[in-house]
Amino acid sequence: MLRLHIFIITTILLFSTAELSSQVKVYNFEQFKPLLHKSNDTTYVVNFWATWCVPCVKELPDFERINEMYKDGKFKMILVNLDFRRNLEDRVLPFMDQHQIKSEVLMLHEPDANKWIPQVYESWSGAIPATFIYNEKQGFRNFHEGSYTYDELNAIVEQIIIN
Amino acid sequence: MKKKRVFLLVAILAVFGFSYADGYKIGDKANDFRLMNVDGKMISMSDYPDAKGFILMFSCNHCPYSVAYEDRKIALDKKFAPMGYPVIVINPNDSTIVPADSFSNMRIRAEQKQFPYPYLLDADQTVFQEYGATRTPHVFLLNREDGDLIVRYIGAIDNNHEDADAATERYVESAIQNLMEGNQPDPATTRAIGCTIKIKKS
Repeated sequence: MLRLHIFIITTILLFSTAELSSQVKVYNFEQFKPLLHKSNDTTYVVNFWATWCVPCVKELPDFERINEMYKDGKFKMILVNLDFRRNLEDRVLPFMDQHQIKSEVLMLHEPDANKWIPQVYESWSGAIPATFIYNEKQGFRNFHEGSYTYDELNAIVEQIIIN
Repeated sequence: MKKKRVFLLVAILAVFGFSYADGYKIGDKANDFRLMNVDGKMISMSDYPDAKGFILMFSCNHCPYSVAYEDRKIALDKKFAPMGYPVIVINPNDSTIVPADSFSNMRIRAEQKQFPYPYLLDADQTVFQEYGATRTPHVFLLNREDGDLIVRYIGAIDNNHEDADAATERYVESAIQNLMEGNQPDPATTRAIGCTIKIKKS
């Protein structure tokens, strides 16, 4: 009887983990890079964050609100997670579950940061949170190292979308 | 109307889009400081008249990147302090924002890990701003030249925060090697992911 229980619990755990994992793809920088150069009229908000980053976690609900508001239009929110790879299952997925994150989340796993940070944006020092907003068709590119409030982020997105 | 919008957007960006601290660049003269160590003593670089330079690092307790590099900081000090380049670590964070980075927690961490180097608190948050540190950990390698301390390398310790053994470039080590051979470090600056420095809200 006990064995059956363990079997059932293990099965449930296995399935739920597999389901959660499918929410977050792990990218290396070469795979990720095209997402910074989509040549269409969509406005991309690419936010770099980690579960251990206090100001990142604090601003996430505002990013979620913005996503909720614009996601049906030409708008795409990408939350780029920078936790350690080994913490994907034990920290990142439970965090997303607990905070009910609905925007697309991917994990960028590329240890040699000095090589890829300047390819995201030349002036980025590497501190997070950091957010890259662009719309290739409108020639709009803006990179911000530090937090956004809801109003600040909304003002930028709204202006691009109204244009 | 469109023009007005563009103007608005520019105005918005001007207000919070670019708030970049200048700080030191390679070749700048670094100023001394006087900050409290975890043992309660005040420390300045002038306390080390024989040092050829310093591996000065802005780091803290709570940031996983800082923690991931702790053993490497200790190893750097053990290797390079005898060669004239001791490690000094400064915590720039405001502990009302991150309680884990308070002075008492710094003391606990220093005790646990037996830091062989001073672990100082930038209590009024002026030193990190003067140096231009933006994250933890953030290394400034200083070299004594004609009596002045000159900034010769700014950036990361090595190129793999997750696994020290997998690092293929050890920036700080090779920068010191370069300096000892009379050459300029190459690369002189590198970037790394890190935690933003938590600034006290005024």
